[in-house]
Amino acid sequence: MSWNEIASIVSAAFAVSFGALGPALAEGRSVAAAMDAIARQPEAAGTLSRTLFVGLAMIETTAIYCLVVALLLLFANPFIH
Amino acid sequence: MMRSPLATKTLFTLGPVPVSETIVVTWGLMAVLALAAWFLTRSLSARPSRGQAAIELVVGTIEDQIRSTMRVAPRPYVSMIGTLFLFILTANWSSLLPGIEPPTAHIETDAALGLIVFLATIYFGVQARGLGGYLKTFAEPTMVMIPLNLVESITRTFSLIVRLFGNIMSAVFIIAIMLSLAGLLVPIPLMALDLLTGAVQAYIFTILAAVFIGSAVSGGGTSAREEEEAS
Repeated sequence: MSWNEIASIVSAAFAVSFGALGPALAEGRSVAAAMDAIARQPEAAGTLSRTLFVGLAMIETTAIYCLVVALLLLFANPFIH
Repeated sequence: MMRSPLATKTLFTLGPVPVSETIVVTWGLMAVLALAAWFLTRSLSARPSRGQAAIELVVGTIEDQIRSTMRVAPRPYVSMIGTLFLFILTANWSSLLPGIEPPTAHIETDAALGLIVFLATIYFGVQARGLGGYLKTFAEPTMVMIPLNLVESITRTFSLIVRLFGNIMSAVFIIAIMLSLAGLLVPIPLMALDLLTGAVQAYIFTILAAVFIGSAVSGGGTSAREEEEAS
């Protein structure tokens, strides 16, 4: 195993683990805010949950980017032949 | 070694063109959807039968979602956006059939869907406000924003593609890993989660496509629509 491969595997694990931290905190905050809003104003639940879903998808994209980078490192690494 | 999620499996070659498993599944889904649509709309009547009432409910729900997202009359957009939703939903859920891998778990299918949304945004924007009017939306709110708006129209399409690909592919991947660890009954809750992810991702892809087209048609992005809503 060359140093390139070891470095790729370690950095793939780091990319996924640290890339999940930020989106997890952000999703928690946005869901909490949406719950708060629905509790205050239950009749707006439809609009709120639709906006919440779209917002969550936006936040989740950052985590998915990290996952894609990790997969590129593991399966389509340009530095390993 | 596990098979790479970025690689495709070639089934056979049609002349010089290699035909992958993904393409066969995609065409199969298209055939199923088209046949079902033809069969269900074959005998429409003013007094709906049970099947027709169910289909009308689906179409009505899609129209309501488009109306509340884009704030325009949904009629010109319902065919494209509804087809996108139904195709992505059946593609995501096709993993329930044994031996079939969902086509949306490969980046080529998602890239094609994203390209359709990108071109449809331009087409509907030009159709609604003319070529000059559509190009003018890039200079909103000021001229300084032109490069940012240009970059945004590319990156939002890219993130649309990668979001669908990443979610569906990771769901398939996790089930494959669970199967290799414990095959009996253990993957079933994960497969149920996979169904939920598939439905939510189909919904999100469609809603975001509607938001992009809506901002190209009515202009000004979300802020203008919110002002409209407030007034």
